[in-house]
Amino acid sequence: MEATRIYIFKRFERFWHWAQAALIIVMGVTGFEIHGTYSLLGYESAQEVHTTAAWLLIGLWVFAIFWHFTTGEWRQYIPTVDKLMAMLRYYLTGIFSDAPHPFRPTTLTKHNPLQRLAYLFVKLIINPAIWISGLLYLYYSAWPALGLDGLSLAAVAFVHTVAAFLMLLFFVVHVYFATTGHTPTSHIKAMITGYEEV
Amino acid sequence: MRTCNTAILRHLTAFLSVLALALALGAGGAWAATSDEGSEAPKVSTADHSKFKELKGPFGTGPEVTRACLQCHTEASKQLHKTKHWTWSVVNPTNGEQLGKRNIINNFCGSVVSNEARCTSCHIGYGWKDGKFDFNSEANVDCLVCHDTTGGYRKFPAGAGHPAYVPTEWPVGSGRMMQPPDLAKVAQNVGPTSRRNCGTCHFLGGGGNAIKHGDLDLSLIEPGRYLDIHMSPERLNFTCSSCHSGDAHAVQGSRYTTIAKDTSGIDIPGRTDGTRATCESCHGMEPHPASSNSKLNEHTDKIACATCHVPRFARGGYNTKMWWDWSTAGRLDENGQPLKIRNGKGLEVYSGMKGDFAWGEHVIPEYRWFNGTADYTLFGDTVDGSEIVSINKYGGGPDDPDSRIWPFKVMRGKQPYDKGLQTLAVVHTFGKDDSAYWRNYDWDKALQAGMAAVGATYSGEMGFVETEMAWPITHMVAPKDDAVTCEECHSRNGRLEGIEGVYMPGRDRTGWLDFLGWAAALLALLAVLGHGAARYYAHTKRS
Ligand code: HEM
Repeated sequence: MEATRIYIFKRFERFWHWAQAALIIVMGVTGFEIHGTYSLLGYESAQEVHTTAAWLLIGLWVFAIFWHFTTGEWRQYIPTVDKLMAMLRYYLTGIFSDAPHPFRPTTLTKHNPLQRLAYLFVKLIINPAIWISGLLYLYYSAWPALGLDGLSLAAVAFVHTVAAFLMLLFFVVHVYFATTGHTPTSHIKAMITGYEEV
Repeated sequence: MRTCNTAILRHLTAFLSVLALALALGAGGAWAATSDEGSEAPKVSTADHSKFKELKGPFGTGPEVTRACLQCHTEASKQLHKTKHWTWSVVNPTNGEQLGKRNIINNFCGSVVSNEARCTSCHIGYGWKDGKFDFNSEANVDCLVCHDTTGGYRKFPAGAGHPAYVPTEWPVGSGRMMQPPDLAKVAQNVGPTSRRNCGTCHFLGGGGNAIKHGDLDLSLIEPGRYLDIHMSPERLNFTCSSCHSGDAHAVQGSRYTTIAKDTSGIDIPGRTDGTRATCESCHGMEPHPASSNSKLNEHTDKIACATCHVPRFARGGYNTKMWWDWSTAGRLDENGQPLKIRNGKGLEVYSGMKGDFAWGEHVIPEYRWFNGTADYTLFGDTVDGSEIVSINKYGGGPDDPDSRIWPFKVMRGKQPYDKGLQTLAVVHTFGKDDSAYWRNYDWDKALQAGMAAVGATYSGEMGFVETEMAWPITHMVAPKDDAVTCEECHSRNGRLEGIEGVYMPGRDRTGWLDFLGWAAALLALLAVLGHGAARYYAHTKRS
């Protein structure tokens, strides 16, 4: 079968994706060291790397949000139930029998309905939770000046850790689903070159 | 062992270089011109005391010297009379109780009362040998012990504050003679206080070098930079009074009334509280430079400077006493002399006079919240022997804005208490009389005499109670590279494991969240691996 190649991910999107991936991995690794799960870089270095990466990630997100709104790409994440069941059925059965993929990405709809939901969850729940709790955590000493005396560091750390676990969960599943395209590598190639074989 | 060797090496090199310098200078005939200059700070005084006819001497006694001093320094004794160094008495600002060496009972040597003649060899006066000492006597202030620069002045250990005036045997029965100091020479060479002056008493507390504080011992007379960054002649060469300064002989800085958090910042004369004895009075509340990790400065509200910057105490090569058990005292050898047992390192671990000891070197402090106040267990406060007695319970806690986490040496041991009166006992240990413990090793007699000296009647039944006493650690400030690292506290079972009321990343977590989080991550991993394996299997079967 002759493969068709369509252009899906623009240059900024690909850069954004991989930079974010690297930063999230670094933040996860250093974050759980700060958490006391293991000892790798040493607490102080872990904390310094985590903080630097946090600022880079925040910078990246600000850019990405700006990009999504100016290009209208935010529409990619509007949830839909269209083909949702078909996708679920595909992952549960069809994928084992080489059934055709129920979803064909196009430049206008890059993500299948399950992806849309997952990414929306990341963007609306996990990211803000990590971001807000992380910044509060970082500016702990400024709470009295900000009128936030009532906050408890334990609570902020709790939210941050919950969000970090959710991010970890997303990461595991996300990496696996990257291999469930038309061929096991087609999604991954798409995120590198911009072109997906469909 | 390694530090010991390097210390020897350092002394050897210093000695050799001085020798080489001396030879070179001697050959050039310049010796006389330079002999007065060493590592000593330049002389800043406008007076040369050796030129004063009042100090020509000869002097028969210490008070005679003081009278000569007072001819010019007319107000000096009156100033000293107001200080703790003289009164050994402090009022606890939080509850009005009478503290100070004169009033408290500690878990080293016990109490001053009834043992004055021995204890007051560290009093800045002459002649406090019993309860009848005249605290208004100007001539009885000892100027020399603080202002001697020759190193030749020493008070006789059992002389009630006087030096020996004739050659005197010490310790009794040792055959070693203590020579009287040349009072005229000492008087003509007075100067500002040095580490050695203060150390004469403060390094020897508890009966000998390094015993009491843990962060004060003879190694601070000439400390290397690794030992104390401020006092080391290799660095700032601070004397004790560089920080413990004050006008009119009122020395600042106290364990009884501590400023646990000095928010008045770097002290500018006229603008701030004028204290010098806190770290913050020079370093402020934001002591770390902008180039360092910004989290460091965010610790100063809750963590005392010494908590990180004095990583361990007793770092100068001397062991400090950590445990003193009076209950085993009294064993005598075949000659009727108190038994002495030393361990392999030469440290006394048993003394018939004093009981069992344990020692520590390079000791990691214990950490507690501290707001500068303390509540003492004094004579008369109820002690029933059922629990460990805290001699000084330090105040403060996580919700108190004046508190910070401080390092302490915690001295533990067992000491006599009166079972009937239910109080810590005053024990008459030292003296030539029949009732002194170190004469007859009879606790009942010693307690009877001791308690009588504070106006109480011994019940006749005594026991030993376990006590602890906390000593804040502030000295032996290490170079910054040796400061406590982040993970020494930000980890499970770290230094601050027992500290309550703060959330510390790396130490604290919500156990069930971790369980749930890792379980979910593991299940997700297994699910996707299973899915992938099934896909692979289905694929290979088909092709
Ligand atoms: C906006 C982004 C983020 C900011 C501002 C941020 C900030 C922080 C801060 C300030 C701390 C405490 C360490 C310290 O005292 O310096 C921390 C801890 C932690 N971070 Fe982040 N972080 C961010 C993103 C992430 C991400 C993406 C992850 C995981 C993938 C993560 C995982 C963790 C974990 C597990 C801890 C330890 C929490 C604890 O045990 O209390 N963080 N973070």
